[in-house]
Amino acid sequence: MRGYLARRLITLPLLLVGISLVSFMLLNFAPGDAAEITLRRQNGGVTPPREAVVELRQDLGLDDSLPIRYIRWVSSAVQGDLGVSYRSGNSIAVELFRRLPATLLLASTALALAVAAGIPLGVLAAVKHGSWLDTACRLLALVGAAVPSYMLAPALMLLFAVKLDWLPAIGYGSPSNLVLPAVVLSLGTMAQLMRLSRATLLDVLNQDHVRTARAKGLSEGMVVWRHALKNALLPIATVLGTSTGYLLGGAVIIETIFGWPGVGQFVVVGISQRDYPVVQGFVLYMAVIFLVVNLAVDVSYHWLDPRLHFGGQFN
Amino acid sequence: MGFAIVAGIILVAVLAPLLPLQDPAELDLQKRLIPPGNEYFLGTDHLGRDELSRLIYGARTTLMMSSVSLLIIMGIASIVGALAGYYGAWIDTGLMTVVDLLLAFPSLILGIAVAGILGPSLINVMIAVSVVWWASHARVIRGMVLSARRRDYVEAARSIGASDGRIIAFHIARNIMGPFVVLATLDMGWIILGIAGLSFLGLGAQPPTPEWGAMLNDSRSYMQTSPGLLLAPGVAIFLLVLGFNLLGDGLRDMLDPTTYRR
Repeated sequence: MRGYLARRLITLPLLLVGISLVSFMLLNFAPGDAAEITLRRQNGGVTPPREAVVELRQDLGLDDSLPIRYIRWVSSAVQGDLGVSYRSGNSIAVELFRRLPATLLLASTALALAVAAGIPLGVLAAVKHGSWLDTACRLLALVGAAVPSYMLAPALMLLFAVKLDWLPAIGYGSPSNLVLPAVVLSLGTMAQLMRLSRATLLDVLNQDHVRTARAKGLSEGMVVWRHALKNALLPIATVLGTSTGYLLGGAVIIETIFGWPGVGQFVVVGISQRDYPVVQGFVLYMAVIFLVVNLAVDVSYHWLDPRLHFGGQFN
Repeated sequence: MGFAIVAGIILVAVLAPLLPLQDPAELDLQKRLIPPGNEYFLGTDHLGRDELSRLIYGARTTLMMSSVSLLIIMGIASIVGALAGYYGAWIDTGLMTVVDLLLAFPSLILGIAVAGILGPSLINVMIAVSVVWWASHARVIRGMVLSARRRDYVEAARSIGASDGRIIAFHIARNIMGPFVVLATLDMGWIILGIAGLSFLGLGAQPPTPEWGAMLNDSRSYMQTSPGLLLAPGVAIFLLVLGFNLLGDGLRDMLDPTTYRR
């Protein structure tokens, strides 16, 4: 356990360096010259004279070698400076930070919904193995994995906001605004969790310790909830990390559809305006969040599972 | 069931030029947003184009893009996975470091960023999806090769003087083909959803190319009056993804006797 954690913590800075390298290189592949774009913005769209561009390139240090530019970029990124938007000239870090709570609220609500619905349904399906409920859950898992969120979102919007007028179609601020985007975003993850918890629990229910528990005369509820589920939950916990990545990515599409003022909407607008530093900053932010979440999941996983805990002592 | 859906859609897509359809790019602004009926089975879109024709030609775009991406993804993943798994040592460490780095990014996010920076086009979406997606498969294939390498048949092949390349390409490849095909089939669904999602964000197919994700995006402004324009490409994506997922599940049950259907 100690060894594992230590290894994990050593690779963490390496991964951070790697992530920053990839994010930095992304902007290098972008077409257009940062100096020219900046000048054009300041002059209201007029193509700047050649000398001015050359001068600004020198001022910004754009002619320096790649490693020097990388180090300069990283050291300002660490201090929370991700440069300014090509379009507005505003600080990208400030804008991302301002919009981050909306995205995190959406993604975490979706994750909570997926866990709250997916795991119990999967457990029920496994316990009632072969019943109509099991069939229904399996169907739901198949549908949930295949239905594109970018169709479901407008369709639900049409049904619940326009036809039935139960919920607001777009907007941000009240809990009712959160319902539709969170439900749509959670569906894919819910289907995955349901499928996984059903399969894992079916496996566990066939294991010896469950048979022992049954042989002791424990009630079926006790067997499932105390003995089987505890063991089944661990593999489920590992996928929560990857689910977060999926939800953060899916949030980009959902935010665009529902007009949700998160970082995803910001980056989509940035892409359509060829505002490449915005894209770069966004990738860096999301990758760091993803890294932290995965680390937290891994650590809690190892802490939760006593087999890994005491593994060193018995071997 | 999955096979039937997939085969049906592929058949319609291949036969599209032979079907009595209007040109999917033909505009007729007089006939905008006609509801489904006799003249136009699925109606017309906001530019008066035949929706059924766009849907069917869109299947060609989607299938072509996702198959090419899948080929690139599985190609890179096989080469990287085979090299890392077979040779081990520093080759393994080096390649797996790259894989780990790519996996440190949420895949859809990196895909959106790469496609966004390269600029909107079909080719760039395929590049973005391929660059992002191969890493996890390379890891799986590495695992398969790693365990195959220690088998007796590899030893036997080596003892009769087979070269490394021959062992990998003939002996190991043939033995991991089953799980490899399952992996690829199950991945098709994700690739289709990913590509259509990028197109939906305006990063993929550019007008007038018919593509399902882009059609969904176009339909959003008219969904109140013409919900069919939203449902048609959406259901098409759903069916194709469902078909590939069912096909993959079926293949897995067929090829791998240790997992059974329950």
